[in-house]
Formats: sequence, C-alpha cells, structure tokens
Amino acid sequence: MDIPRHWRLRKQRYGLVGEVCESCNAKVFPPRDICPECGKEAKTLYTFSGHGEVYSYTTVFDAPAGFDETAPYTVAMIKLDEGPLVTAQLTDLENRKVEIGMPVEMVTRKLRNATDERGLLVYGYKFRPVMN
Amino acid sequence: MTEKIELLKPQRPVGIVGYGAYVPRYRLPAKEISRIWTEGQGGLPVTEKSVPGPDEDVATMSIEAARNALKRAGIHAHQLRAVWVGSESHPYAVKPTSTIVAEAIGAVPNTQAADWEFACKAGTEAMVAAMGMVGSKMADYTLAIGMDTAQGRPGDPLEYTAAAGGAAFIIGPAENSVAEIEASYSFVTDTPDFFRRAYQKYPEHGHRFTGEPAYFKHITAAGETMLKATGTTPEDYAYAVFHQPNAKFPQNVASALGFTREQIKTGLLVPMIGNTYSGAAIIGLTAILDVAKPGDKILMVSYGSGAGSDAMVLKVTELIDERRDKAITTIAYVERRTEIDYAEYVRMRGKLTMK
Repeated sequence: MDIPRHWRLRKQRYGLVGEVCESCNAKVFPPRDICPECGKEAKTLYTFSGHGEVYSYTTVFDAPAGFDETAPYTVAMIKLDEGPLVTAQLTDLENRKVEIGMPVEMVTRKLRNATDERGLLVYGYKFRPVMN
Repeated sequence: MTEKIELLKPQRPVGIVGYGAYVPRYRLPAKEISRIWTEGQGGLPVTEKSVPGPDEDVATMSIEAARNALKRAGIHAHQLRAVWVGSESHPYAVKPTSTIVAEAIGAVPNTQAADWEFACKAGTEAMVAAMGMVGSKMADYTLAIGMDTAQGRPGDPLEYTAAAGGAAFIIGPAENSVAEIEASYSFVTDTPDFFRRAYQKYPEHGHRFTGEPAYFKHITAAGETMLKATGTTPEDYAYAVFHQPNAKFPQNVASALGFTREQIKTGLLVPMIGNTYSGAAIIGLTAILDVAKPGDKILMVSYGSGAGSDAMVLKVTELIDERRDKAITTIAYVERRTEIDYAEYVRMRGKLTMK
C-alpha cells in the first residue's frame, strides 16, 4: 500500500514546492528541512518557477513495471533556474532532439501507466521544451 | 399568459478576472479516421481533432489551464474560495478532480472544491455557479474550469470529433475583470440525445435526434431569450461563440440567430481541434478574449446534452490589454501540433487490449 507515500509527496510532486533557507537564501529541492548549503534549518516552503535547462539526459527503452506503457521515454537531470538539480521525465518531445542546455518548463502529468483501472492515479512534475 | 423571463444577474457585478486555455499537442486528422472506417468516403465534420498524450487527463489539463488563468489574474491561489472542474471525463468515477487541481495550483486548504457534470456544458454550469458565489459576496474569487478528454467509440460518427481541451476562468468582482459578465440565462429540458451509463466506456447518441430537438432547440431558445431580455440585437456584439460539436452546427445556429461569419470566426476552433465537450464554447471564448478590444460585447451560448444551454453576455474592459499577454495564448496551443495516425491514436488512447 503506497498511498501514504504518494500523499506525503503531493506538494513537491504536483507543484514543485521545495524550501528556502532563511539563513543563506538557498533554494532547496526536494525539501529536506536542512539547508544543504549552510546546514541551517530550512523549513519555509518555496514554490519553484518551473523553469530550468537540461543538464544531462538518457532515453529509457526497457522501462520498469508501471512505466512500460509510455516507453521509450527520456529522463533528464534538470538544472532549475533557482539552483537545484532534479531528475524527471521529459514529455511532449516528439521527434525533437534533446540537447544539454535546452530550456524546459515544468508541467504536471500522470507519472504511471494509465491502464491500471483500479489503482491510485499518481501525478507529478515532468518537463517539456519551453512553449513560445 | 406570457411568463416574464428573469435573467440571472448577480447583486454585485462580476466578471472574468483571468482566463487560461489548454489543448494537448497531438492531432488526428478526420481523413485518417475515415481511411480506417469508411474507405475515405463521406463528408468530414472537422479537419482534425486534438488527442491527449498518454500522460494527460482532465486533471493535468485543468492544472495547466488554471495556472494560465492565475498568471493573467495576478492573484494568489490562496485567494480562490472555490475550485470547480466541469467535465464528462473525470479521471476517477469517485474522487474529485478538483482537489488534485486545487492542490497543484496551491489553493488548498481554505477553499471549496467540487466536480461538475452536464455533458458539454459542465464548464459554463461552473461559471454560472461562480457568478453566484462572487455576486453574493460569499467569495471574492472562484475558479471555474471546463475540460474534457472526450470518448468516441471506434468507427462511431463521434470518433471524428471527440477531442481534448478546455479552459479555466477566475471569476471575481467586475472592477478587477478583463470582461464583465453582464447577465446569464439557462434553458433546460429533459432531452436524452446523448448519454453514457455507469461503467460504460463510450456514450450512446441519438444520431439525427441530437440536432433539431436537442442542440438547435436549446441553443436557439437560450440565445433568443438572452437577446430579447437584454434588449440587444446581433449587431450590438463584436463576437459570438456557440457550443461546437462539429463545424456545421454552430455556423447554422449563428445564422439562425442573425450573427455573421465574421462574428463567430474567432471563437470557432472546432475545425482545428475537434469538439472539446465541456471545453468547447469556453475555449472559443478564450480565443476571443485574446484579441478583443475594450468595450467589445460577446455572446456565448453553451450546450450540454441531456439537455440545456447557458447563455452569457460579456463586455470586455480596459484591463484586457495588460493581462492577455501574461500567459500562453489559445491560438498558440491550437497551432502547436503533432500529427498522429490511427495506430498511434489507438495506442495513446488505450484502445488496445493488453490483457
């Protein structure tokens, strides 16, 4: 039963809500309550802009259970404008070639296979090439 | 004896403070559907329709439209006192879509949340209710969304048009609005032209019965009553937008009511994106707001099978010029386009039985 786990993570997953360190102003994601920069307490919620760029990426052809229906898909490390690196799927790519440094923006999408007709729908952040 | 028609008007003037659209990027051309089912014979109701990606549903699409609406409104999500999502394709049979949307945009926990359903007019239902909530001063800001990933049985006439998309509106006080909603009027009867029973994947419809006694009767009655009760004529309006299940119906109803092609052109998106059901009339309204000038009057009439229509008269304000560029325009979503074939459509929409 992983409902409580998904429920605990909903704010960070749906809206890229992390934390900001009141001491050194570092932005923290995922939230961990301690600033990784200065070691002080960092519990103030901070909603990231959702903008960043591709730091590195790879394409998954042999996907784990629960993700196989959308394979192949590309996973990237995203350097957020505010600093932190996050790992997420890229979406709405089509045949566009992914490049390191490509600007991307956060969207909230379904993270798991859609055809499990009984289970919880899990939503979270993915990134797409910036529109406009 | 003639009955006096009372328009629905709030005590406090209300309007659209911010608006946002969403259309997924995939397009399935109608000729591709007819290639599979009719050997390419017969007329086509639209050019192509939008198809949601495999990781999209009404919740994710509503979230993006709501974020666009918030950007234009310039308010914080905490100021919303209701988050309402109208759809006939809510991801869960039991569990609100609206709480997912409210959580994602940061409107929780001090808010009302609920899902609405009235076939293709669930979005305008939510808007009318939002007018009441703000108009009565129970709340300053409410969010009303109409969004669908419509279902069409393979080979059925509806498969050509059943599309995905919609719009979100933040309804608030008229003085902070890009368009004041001057009045609303609803016309409803029990007309079973289209329905989907519990546990069924695809809806049933009454073929030609969906036309005259259903779509045309309700939209025409709502539109005519609105014009009469407000003492306006089609010439008073810069734009009109009607529910658009295909390209033909809204053009016919527009000319029956006395509107020109020019007046409905901007809001007529169905040829390019298909019928977005709960989103259809209102996404047309967002395309109009993207280009309208202060002072322009807009008539919108939705239609939902089952059946009923909500008519609204809107007047664009000076605030439109400073707000419309704060989010992605509707036409940018419409023009963003990746064509798919029927096989890709079948895979993306989960029509392949894997077990």
